[in-house]
Amino acid sequence: MSISTSPALRLRGLHKTYANGVQALKGIDLEVNRGEFFGLLGPNGAGKSTIIGIVTSLINRSGGSIEVFGINTDEDLEGAKRLIGVVPQEININQFEQPLRIVAQQAGYYGIPWREARERAGECLRWMGLWDKRTAMSRTLSGGMKRRLMIARALVHGPRLLILDEPTAGVDIEIRRATWSLLEEINDAGTTIILTTHYLEEAEALCKKIAIIDNGRIVKDTDTRSLLRQLVTETFVLDPMQPLERAPTLPGFATRLREDGSIEVDIEKGVGLNELFHALDDAHIQISSMRNKANRLEELFLRLVDESKGRAASAPEPNEVTP
Amino acid sequence: MTKPEATEDRNQTGRNPMQTLRSISDEQRSRLSEAWVGFATTVRREIHRVLRIWPQTLLPPVITTCLYFIIFGPVLGDRIGQMQGYTYLQYVTPGLIMMAVLTNSYQNVVSSFFGAKFQHHIEEVLVSPMSSQSILLGYAVGGVFRGLVIGAVVGLVALLFADLPVVHPVLTIAVAVLTSVAFSFGGFINAMVARNFDDISIVPTFVLTPLTMLGGVFYSVTLLAEPWQTLSYANPILYMVNAFRYGILGRSDMPIAVAFGVLTLFIVGFYMAAMWMLRRGIGIRS
Ligand SMILES: Nc1ncnc2c1ncn2[C@@H]1O[C@H](COP(=O)(O)OP(=O)(O)OP(=O)(O)O)[C@@H](O)[C@H]1O
Ligand SMILES: [Mg+2]
Repeated sequence: MSISTSPALRLRGLHKTYANGVQALKGIDLEVNRGEFFGLLGPNGAGKSTIIGIVTSLINRSGGSIEVFGINTDEDLEGAKRLIGVVPQEININQFEQPLRIVAQQAGYYGIPWREARERAGECLRWMGLWDKRTAMSRTLSGGMKRRLMIARALVHGPRLLILDEPTAGVDIEIRRATWSLLEEINDAGTTIILTTHYLEEAEALCKKIAIIDNGRIVKDTDTRSLLRQLVTETFVLDPMQPLERAPTLPGFATRLREDGSIEVDIEKGVGLNELFHALDDAHIQISSMRNKANRLEELFLRLVDESKGRAASAPEPNEVTP
Repeated sequence: MTKPEATEDRNQTGRNPMQTLRSISDEQRSRLSEAWVGFATTVRREIHRVLRIWPQTLLPPVITTCLYFIIFGPVLGDRIGQMQGYTYLQYVTPGLIMMAVLTNSYQNVVSSFFGAKFQHHIEEVLVSPMSSQSILLGYAVGGVFRGLVIGAVVGLVALLFADLPVVHPVLTIAVAVLTSVAFSFGGFINAMVARNFDDISIVPTFVLTPLTMLGGVFYSVTLLAEPWQTLSYANPILYMVNAFRYGILGRSDMPIAVAFGVLTLFIVGFYMAAMWMLRRGIGIRS
């Protein structure tokens, strides 16, 4: 298959059983198209980092196959690796080395001669706002700077597929937003991005497609918009002018009283908010403010993960590999 | 880099830095030249490391060895007397140099590679397209560099204390280089299987030091009674020390060809073992 038509990443039947017997992946099939911004979501221990580790060949797989832009890693591992850049979940920089050297060396590992490597490294560091720190000892960088250093290092060889494992964990809001626009910029330039995150608003803001993984299986793999469309109801919190003592009866709406005297209202999809306000008027309730209860994606996420847990508990595992 | 239409205009204004970072897959470099650059980068990094932390890597072994020279020269040498027709200091100096070369080659690769594992920046190399061969040889050159620099410095200092004729200069250098290659590979294997800092000191403490001390550095094995003499022939370091002594003084307890055979065996054996482990990812991939 030619590089111009095959997906950026294609995983087939990926299995992983760690030496201690933990079955981290139980048959992952995933396809990420070229140029896509793809989100990999899932609770702690779901297997996200394991997938990334296997794709970047830091973890040996127990079964399945990997294709990067049509290059099967069993046939040409080095060729596949040249196309990938990775920002791991844990800090993995040499704390005693200088950022400029770290990034230039990385370029060298990809076969870029030293002079060009240093130029590229300087470029990446400037881009990440780390130029002033280029000769500081990495140990002295802040946590956020170390993350950006890892991004610079992942970009230096111009990867076609950039994989980031929770790039904004433990980063303040300002830098998180800055990282978002940076990633969008990289994606705009044609680089495919795969990102794992626990921040659903991050996935909602960035990712065109989302896969949710739980307990070593993909439980949902779709585009973000249609995922959101699956939400049947949305919950709003209404603050009345005077605190209420019991939940009002509003025809056509389920309501609940909250401890602080405000109310929660479930609104079904397709029902206009005007109808809600009519009902409130009829009940003589004055509303001072109103907000969305939780991130919608978050709710959906919890529901899907719950469902998958329910399934796992009631049904025998179909794709079990014997250890 | 692939360019979707939507960003075409942006590319022309050059505002997106990603555009200037050409993908390496767009460049016309052969795999061979890439492999060479990867290897050269590793060598550069390893040598830089040795020089950057020279008070840890270069200074201590030089000081230690010089102390040996002082003790076995002016302090004790005359009382011990001659050994096989040489002053005692002359006799022990080749062994002391060899000891410095082999322990430092080993130590350098062990600490550098294990340090990279410990801080996880070994992953930088593992995710890159660098071949196992480039990785192994790159680390090994670092070990050889440190071993030989120390060997050379110690040798020069030794000249202040003892008269060293260096009868066979080429052979002397060859033995030093081969020994440090063998022990660099050995250190690499040790670092791969090591899980903690204790694991990287076990071999130097329980294997290297005893074998070196009993490896004919301080005495001629011909002085030993049986079965110790025969047992000593199982010690590979004995051959290396004697070959080196032969290069410097022109005298050896054993045939030089055998010494080269032993060295070759160790280099090939360690190399193959290390390559096999790297390919399997032993100690570096879960
Ligand atoms: N080296 C390892 N040895 C044994 N088990 C492991 C190893 N690494 C991960 N696991 C297990 O594999 C499972 C998946 O872990 P993984 O790190 O892939 O999860 P994750 O989705 O990245 O979680 P998080 O969101 O917390 O980063 C977990 O049960 C974990 O305990
Ligand atoms: Mg993880």
